[in-house]
Amino acid sequence: MDIAALNAIWQDLSLLGPEIAQALVETALMLGLGLASAVLLGGPLGIVLYLTRPGQLFAHRGLHGVLGWCVNLVRAFPFIILMVSLVPLTRLIVGSTIGPVAASVPLAFAAIPYFARLVEQTLREIPRGVIEAAEAMGASPWQIIRKVLLNEARAGLISSLTILTISFLSYTAVAGVVGGGGIGDLAIRYGYYRFQTDVMVAMVLLLVVIVQAIQFVGNRLAHRLDKR
Amino acid sequence: MIHLQSVSKRFQHPEGGWFHAVDDTTLSIAQGEIFGLIGFSGAGKSTLLRLINLLERPDAGRVLVDGQDLTALSARDLRHARQNIGMVFQQFNLLANRTVAQNVAFPLEIAGWSKADIAQRVAECLDVVHLSDRAEHYPAQLSGGQKQRVGIARALAPRPHVILADEPTSALDPKTTQSILSCLKEINQRFGVTVVIVTHEMGVVRSVCHRAAVLDQGSVVEVMDIAGGEVDARSELARSLLEAA
Repeated sequence: MDIAALNAIWQDLSLLGPEIAQALVETALMLGLGLASAVLLGGPLGIVLYLTRPGQLFAHRGLHGVLGWCVNLVRAFPFIILMVSLVPLTRLIVGSTIGPVAASVPLAFAAIPYFARLVEQTLREIPRGVIEAAEAMGASPWQIIRKVLLNEARAGLISSLTILTISFLSYTAVAGVVGGGGIGDLAIRYGYYRFQTDVMVAMVLLLVVIVQAIQFVGNRLAHRLDKR
Repeated sequence: MIHLQSVSKRFQHPEGGWFHAVDDTTLSIAQGEIFGLIGFSGAGKSTLLRLINLLERPDAGRVLVDGQDLTALSARDLRHARQNIGMVFQQFNLLANRTVAQNVAFPLEIAGWSKADIAQRVAECLDVVHLSDRAEHYPAQLSGGQKQRVGIARALAPRPHVILADEPTSALDPKTTQSILSCLKEINQRFGVTVVIVTHEMGVVRSVCHRAAVLDQGSVVEVMDIAGGEVDARSELARSLLEAA
């Protein structure tokens, strides 16, 4: 590859500079809103799934079964189909079906059950005896959730959140295609529809760097929090 | 102090049918005594212990601790009553993400103590179990014997009237076992805490207990007096446990 070719790529990319910056903001917005919903709604759902398991504090076969079934139902949908079928709901909540905020609705919808399952799995790793010790001390269910479950599983929960973040970074690319914007959308529009392969490659590289960074931060944080 | 009145507890086998872990058992444990529950595996001794703080709820019978019928309490009152009953476990069951001091503080946080009172009480309890220099360590950094001493300090922290110990030395080597037993003994003598200890080793009963119940198939076979390390055993089962020791 000669200097002229490199120069041409550089020119392509610098012309797109503002668009790339905007795409980054859009991706961050979609990811942020999706993840926040996952943590705020999926987290508690995961805790309920865990607590209603047989042998746990609030063992309830019926409730556990129904919730598990709902979680599986949403997770069974291919994301693109989920997105299209949620268009009426998105319009109801956001008032529009275009833009990163609108795209966050289906993202959140998919992320909530996903994170709930991750939380349930992570909590299962806590030894039953530790929860029992807290019960024997007279801890209330709320104290057990806060001081035992969440604290003992904190490293695993961070790792789960890391997995969720990286999975949903690629989901944002799909959401972008139907009008959400973002890095993935930019890559498709320029790289695929306009045959500007260099833009495509640059955007993919950018995503690779972002994923590596997220994983690095997630690992470091989980390691620091894990005293087991 | 502790009265178990005709308590029964059965568990359902996975393939159906019932296993009677504790079968219509009556037992009284006096204040200030170290009482052993001994028997072979599956005799129902751990279940019987867990009935005392209602970790297992009896299918029939009453459980009285400190004159209070635990089986009649609401969930809230039961939690309150449990704060007067410490528990020590075979597998220690410490919180891995909390330091030694934070583990001992845990039952006090639950009981709603102030920060200053907690700090003072944690220091006292760690001193009792000789772990003051390990306060900021995490359980993973401790030996088995040290973990169990944290477990004991944690049980002792809320000034309980009773400590229940479920095979507290079964995961430990003989030398560490002795140090844990003398720790329990010291707590019993210094603070007058009633201790109920489950074990399958006659050596444990001999070295710390005042009395011990021999259990078989969910029933008390006999209650032995132990004085000066001498066990007054009459039943065949108790003798075979003595021989095994």
